[in-house]
Amino acid sequence: MYVAVKGGEAAIDNAHAWLASERRGDTDVAELSIAQIREQLSLAVNRVMAEGSLYDPDLAALAIKQARGDLIEAIFLIRAYRTTLPRFGLSNAIETADMACDRRISATFKDLPGGQVLGPTFDYTHRLLDFALAAEGGERPEVATRPADPAPMPHVTGFLNRDDLIEQEPVGDDTPSDLTREPLEFPATRALRLQSLSRGDEGFVLSMAYSTQRGYGRNHPFVGELRVGTVAVEMDIPELGFAVEIGEVQVTECETVNQFAGSKTEKPKFTRGYGLCFGHTERKAISMALVDRALRWKELGEDNVGAPAQDEEFVLSHSDNIQASGFLEHIKLPHYVDFQSELELVRKLRAEVERSQTAPTQEAAE
Amino acid sequence: MTQEWNDRKTWMSLLAKVPVEALALAWDEADLGPDYRWLRRPETGAVMVRGRMGGTGLPFNLGEMTVTRCALELADGGAVGHGYVQGRDKGHAERAALCDALMQTEARGAVVETILTPLATQAAQVKGQRAERAAATKVDFFTMVRGE
Repeated sequence: MYVAVKGGEAAIDNAHAWLASERRGDTDVAELSIAQIREQLSLAVNRVMAEGSLYDPDLAALAIKQARGDLIEAIFLIRAYRTTLPRFGLSNAIETADMACDRRISATFKDLPGGQVLGPTFDYTHRLLDFALAAEGGERPEVATRPADPAPMPHVTGFLNRDDLIEQEPVGDDTPSDLTREPLEFPATRALRLQSLSRGDEGFVLSMAYSTQRGYGRNHPFVGELRVGTVAVEMDIPELGFAVEIGEVQVTECETVNQFAGSKTEKPKFTRGYGLCFGHTERKAISMALVDRALRWKELGEDNVGAPAQDEEFVLSHSDNIQASGFLEHIKLPHYVDFQSELELVRKLRAEVERSQTAPTQEAAE
Repeated sequence: MTQEWNDRKTWMSLLAKVPVEALALAWDEADLGPDYRWLRRPETGAVMVRGRMGGTGLPFNLGEMTVTRCALELADGGAVGHGYVQGRDKGHAERAALCDALMQTEARGAVVETILTPLATQAAQVKGQRAERAAATKVDFFTMVRGE
């Protein structure tokens, strides 16, 4: 019998009030400000912007504060907020070749125009806990400077292109389809795959990329180039009739150079994978490039070896941590009626088994 | 740094990217405060930022950014100013639109002198400082010479 029930209003209110108090923690400890989170937990802010798919450092910091540091919850808050914003338009594609690079490295060429610029990196640190940071009132360390070289930093794939050693990217200005406007359908275009990977869960995309390195759809990647820096965002303003820069975003870009494609008639060439994410998010951008490359097997005429990272339906349907956690976590919400029917069913099945077990013994007794 | 400021795109692009507080300070300093009426009140929305496959290829949607825009008309002379600025600060969009409108009037010189030039200088300094820090992390390779 189905009995409609309601209740829990007071319990929910009290639970939320307690949540707010737990969020604040011990009031003898100073409260975190949004600016502190933005400035001092900037890589968390970057992850929330990349996967929340909305570039706004202050909003991401607010979301992290509200979510008590639960980054997926923070990403959820950002995704929910972005649905309330009217869409003013589409930017022109950003020019990563013009990036003001904080960091730019290549694992394929030692001496390249513009050089190897390490930037503020965790690489080559010893990963030993620094107890000096536990002491408060530390001074901001001096940062070394050197006159900047105004020479451009061309993309590594650009000079491989010159020698025709790497596949060329088709050029054009087609308007790409947009995940946030139309439901994802398969087969997906590369544009949709890249949009989906760029906002996908870092852990998931990392694991998929790692699986290709371990042999599940191996694609022999080299990091041709990894760059982190700021680029201007330009948009055509209809009421003005020309384009203006409407802002500046920090992005991480990774271009991989992968093993060859060729045929009897075509000379072998390197192939490419591409990663581009908001913020300084290099683990994610490298992972994205590897998975992008794995998903390109069909257009490159490779075999489908049945690896998970080659299966776009598998990858794209499971890369979104908001969809995933929404579906996963809904099972903790009341399912009293569903469960009641399961309970009745299992009781009925047990009764049937019991009957069939007792019946033959009765027969034997008779 | 001398700049011509002939191109509307140049000043609008600068005003879109400057820190909110920096523009507010410079605006107060300039003390221009013209009368105006709204053509479009400030509203915050999103712009879809696009990237290119492989950095140079076909475009794809990277993610959105917040943008605030407005349009206004000066009471004196009727110059129309547009503000399209990064982020969610309505005051920022309003001041950007006022600067844009005033750049089309006789107040242009004051806007250039007290707002645009100092803000452009600041922006160039910030950018220059980051570039200098990056340059200091550029690797100098040394060739190892094997023993004699």
